[in-house]
Amino acid sequence: MRNAVPVLTVVAVIFALWYGAAVVLNAPWAYDKAKRADVTLGFSELVADTWSQDKPKLPAPHQVAVEIWNTTGEMIKDGRAFSKRSLIYHAWVTFSSTMLGFLLGTGLGIALAVGIVYNRTMDMSVMPWVIASQTIPILAIAPMIIVVLNAVGISGLLPKAMISMYLSFFPVVVGMVKGLRSPGPMQLDQMRTWNASASQTFWKLRLPSSMPYLFTSLKIAMAASLVGAIVGELPTGAVAGLGARLLTGSYYGQTIQIWSALIMAATLAAVLVGLIGLMQRITLKRMGMAE
Amino acid sequence: MMWVVAGLAAWALGWWLNHVLSHRPRTRFTRLAVPVIFGLTIIVVWECIVRGFDIPTVLLPAPTQIAARFAASTGILWQDFVQTAIKGALTGYILGCGAAVLLAIAIDRSPFLKRGLLPVGNFVAALPIVGTAPILVMWFGFDWQSKAAVVVVMVFFPMLVNTVQGLQDTEAMQRDLMRTYAASYWQTLFKLRLPAAMPFIFNGLKIATTLALIGAIVAEFFGSPIKGMGFRISTSVGQLSMDLVWAEIVVAALAGSGFYGGVALIEKAMTFWHPSQRGRA
Repeated sequence: MRNAVPVLTVVAVIFALWYGAAVVLNAPWAYDKAKRADVTLGFSELVADTWSQDKPKLPAPHQVAVEIWNTTGEMIKDGRAFSKRSLIYHAWVTFSSTMLGFLLGTGLGIALAVGIVYNRTMDMSVMPWVIASQTIPILAIAPMIIVVLNAVGISGLLPKAMISMYLSFFPVVVGMVKGLRSPGPMQLDQMRTWNASASQTFWKLRLPSSMPYLFTSLKIAMAASLVGAIVGELPTGAVAGLGARLLTGSYYGQTIQIWSALIMAATLAAVLVGLIGLMQRITLKRMGMAE
Repeated sequence: MMWVVAGLAAWALGWWLNHVLSHRPRTRFTRLAVPVIFGLTIIVVWECIVRGFDIPTVLLPAPTQIAARFAASTGILWQDFVQTAIKGALTGYILGCGAAVLLAIAIDRSPFLKRGLLPVGNFVAALPIVGTAPILVMWFGFDWQSKAAVVVVMVFFPMLVNTVQGLQDTEAMQRDLMRTYAASYWQTLFKLRLPAAMPFIFNGLKIATTLALIGAIVAEFFGSPIKGMGFRISTSVGQLSMDLVWAEIVVAALAGSGFYGGVALIEKAMTFWHPSQRGRA
């Protein structure tokens, strides 16, 4: 809580800068309008205008807040929470492919990590490629993956989830390999004196001691997975999802729509990562590993 | 059928070779050879599967087709590479990382700012920043400037967080020693704290390399002049010329690995004293 005051100060400064930037960036258009209407703008009129334009270069925070409220809260009140114009619907679409990709990626990541820890050949041949795979900007080939999978008849959630999966498996592999290897020689020797089988060593020693590493990587994986889902939505013809809202917004110059989708994505990321953090705290506490 | 069998045989051979090599003592040679053999095996198996099952080029071109296309269109590929990787990604990378390091040094002087900005920075670093691409494209136009701007925003926060963390990585003892030498703030900064922060800074720089390329390419999906890797990928997908897309991916992969490798090499030269670099000469 000691951090509350500084954080709030920084956030307040960001908002102030945002409002200021909105005035500066939107001013040319305001002057332009005033010139055509043959009126001269006073300072307060200028500010009022720049904060309430229809298609501003940079919408003011309250404009974005109103747009978000109109597309979420208002819609719930009308009982249309899942209509196509509602941001909740789009966030849900993005959320479902994020989750699917995240689960697939985590599964693949853990499986690869177990293989790498237990199989020397895999360790030496796969690990360098896992690292190299991330230097390839996968998001660049997102459109192709989606088109190709569509052509094979796989459409809907799965193609987007594949991109999320590719982005999210990497942190899990790296974290889990580290985690599964974290028990020291002393502990491994202890298991051996107890005549523990390989699977017992795995379930009772290696897996539990990898938990802190797992949760840290899950947080990164979740954030990456969301980015993957959003970019994956760009080439699908912008049908549904937060990425689609971004794209249609940029086609039609609807800056307020872009910003509201962006804030929604940020909220989604914060909530998802926060949930994992909560799970982490509960699990580690029950395991007696909380710091 | 022949091709499928050949593919299986290649897989078995590659795996057996790696099995034998990896159970011998680790030397520089095996550490390099094993992954290379693994990669080659995958390429051979890919080729065999594409030929064996007659997979149409539209879905998945064979490696040989991609190589042929790559060789045939080096001109276009080079032009796209310069537009996206050099002008977009590299400019943004240098600007973004430079600004982040400078700001980190500035923040570091004020504990208040540090406590306020770090949680915010950590939060922003976890956000889907690529999403700002359409906005920045709208602000800075279609050419490479907007791509560089996206890259700046993307690399800024990971870099900032890493540098601030790195600058704190000195012990009280070391700082006290600098004080007994009557070192000024700047002397302490340049002789002790910046060098101590180098491993963290390089960690951030390495993370930023991949982000930079991704940012530059994705930003091109939101509008670009008629060149650039992202532009070429999205239009070639539309024309179903997958071999060109794959050739572009090869360029992206080469650029990405080269970029990352370059930073890693500089790291090795500059932080040779750090435990993670020692002992693997």
